[in-house]
Parts: sequence; structure tokens; C-alpha cells
Amino acid sequence: MTLGPYAFDILLAYALSGALVIGLVVQSVAASRATKRRLEEAEK
Amino acid sequence: MSFWEYANPRRFMALSAKIQPWVWAAATVLCATGLIWGFFFTPEDFRMGNSVKIIYIHVPSAFIAINAWFMMLVASLIWLIRRHHVSALAARAAAPIGLIMTIVALLTGAIWGKPMWGTYWEWDPRLTSFLILGLFYLGYSALWSAIEEPDAAADLTSILCLVGTVFAVLSRYAAQFWSQGLHQGASLSLDAEENVADVFWQPLVISLAGFVALFLALVLMRTRTEIRRRRLSTLTARDRLA
Repeated sequence: MTLGPYAFDILLAYALSGALVIGLVVQSVAASRATKRRLEEAEK
Repeated sequence: MSFWEYANPRRFMALSAKIQPWVWAAATVLCATGLIWGFFFTPEDFRMGNSVKIIYIHVPSAFIAINAWFMMLVASLIWLIRRHHVSALAARAAAPIGLIMTIVALLTGAIWGKPMWGTYWEWDPRLTSFLILGLFYLGYSALWSAIEEPDAAADLTSILCLVGTVFAVLSRYAAQFWSQGLHQGASLSLDAEENVADVFWQPLVISLAGFVALFLALVLMRTRTEIRRRRLSTLTARDRLA
């Protein structure tokens, strides 16, 4: 498969979007785990 | 059992714990299928060439960016009318997702716009209303963080959400309201004559369903985090008083 003259634009769009969405998912998971751990400690 | 019983944080936590893995699985499968199909197995468009592949991210992210605000509007109205804390926290949880999706839609639109329109940005009605919607997401999250008293924060952010709805509506319908501007009409419509060709439409719909599932999964996870954070702050405050 060749992406032709727009290869850079297409790959840039996918790379930036992937980074932003994966960053959001990672931040959400990390915040969820950290809050759960802190709450469990506080409840003890 | 009434729908409103799920506004009880305990019931919401129990139900969301059961649903969450399924929604994450659906999001992963649908996003992977839609994006891989669209990227690797669709032909070039006769006018746009391979740059058409950007729509598999651009259209779903724009769809979520606008509809996340409408979800926040419904949650804010529930808070204002019925004072259910879970709905206020769900609105707060959705805002960063809407913001990221707005940035993704603006970035992918700009990257696609340069080769197709000859410019990254134009003060077109749809682009401008979308940018303002992004700023409303920022302002909404900032307002939540700026006010310490949770109920007052929920009240004020709900009012801001009602105001920002004007821009969510404009973002959705600007291309129809004003005929001038670069942005074309909807790529997906219930009116079949307006839709893109089937070869692009099928992976696009799957990708769109994947983004919807991803949004739901993230909202559930972030709402659970907000509920825990609220409980934690209550416990901390109680310890300080004791």
C-alpha cells in the first residue's frame, strides 16, 4: 500500500491523534488506580 | 426498579464495575476494526486521494466532541433539577474527553485542510464555532477546579454548560446555517443521498461506533474516579475535624 503525496499528512494526523487519545486513556487509568489506592488507605 | 436509583453512588459503582470491561472490549474491537479497515483496505478517493483516510479519525472525534457537550448538558440539567451528585460528577468526567476530541478534530481537520483547501485554518463558521467549543471545555474544567465547595462548583459549571450549548449546536449545524465557508456538509447523514460512498461509509460507521464506546468507557472510569475522589475528600475532612 502506498499513501502517495499525502503520506506525511496522513501519518502525522494518525500519530498526533493516537498520542492524544492514548495519553487520555493512560491518564484516566493512572488517576483511577491512584484514587482507588488512596481511598482504600484512608478507609483503613 | 426506577432509573433514578442508579443515581445512588453505591448502585452506580456496582453497576459500572460490571459494565466497564464489556464497554472497553467493544471500544477496542470496534476502533481497531474501523481504523485498520479504513487505513489499509479502502481505495483512494477520486478527488482527495489517500488523504480521505483522515476521515476515519476526524469524523468520529468531531462527533464525540459535539455530543460529549450534549451529554454534559443532560447531566447538568439532571443536577440542577434533581440534585443527583453522580450526574454532576459524570458531566465533570466527560469534559476532558470532549476537550481532547475537539483538539483531535481540529488538528486532523487542519492537517487535511492544508493539501485540500490550501490552508491549515480559515475563520469558517464551523471551524470557528468548534474552536470556541474547545475553549468552553477548557473554561468548564477550569471552573470546576477553581471552586472548592463541590455543590457551588456543580451549580456554576451547569450554568456554563447551558451557555456553551449554543456553540455545540453551532458546531453541529454551522455548515447548514451558513452557506459560505470552506467546510463541507456532513459526511454521515440519515439522508442516504448525502453520505460518502459505501466503501468509505462502512469502516467510518464502525470507527464511529468505536469512538462512542471509547467515550462511554472513559466516562464510566472517570466518573468512578470522581466519586472516589469525593469520598476521599469527605474522609480527609472528617479526619481533620476529629
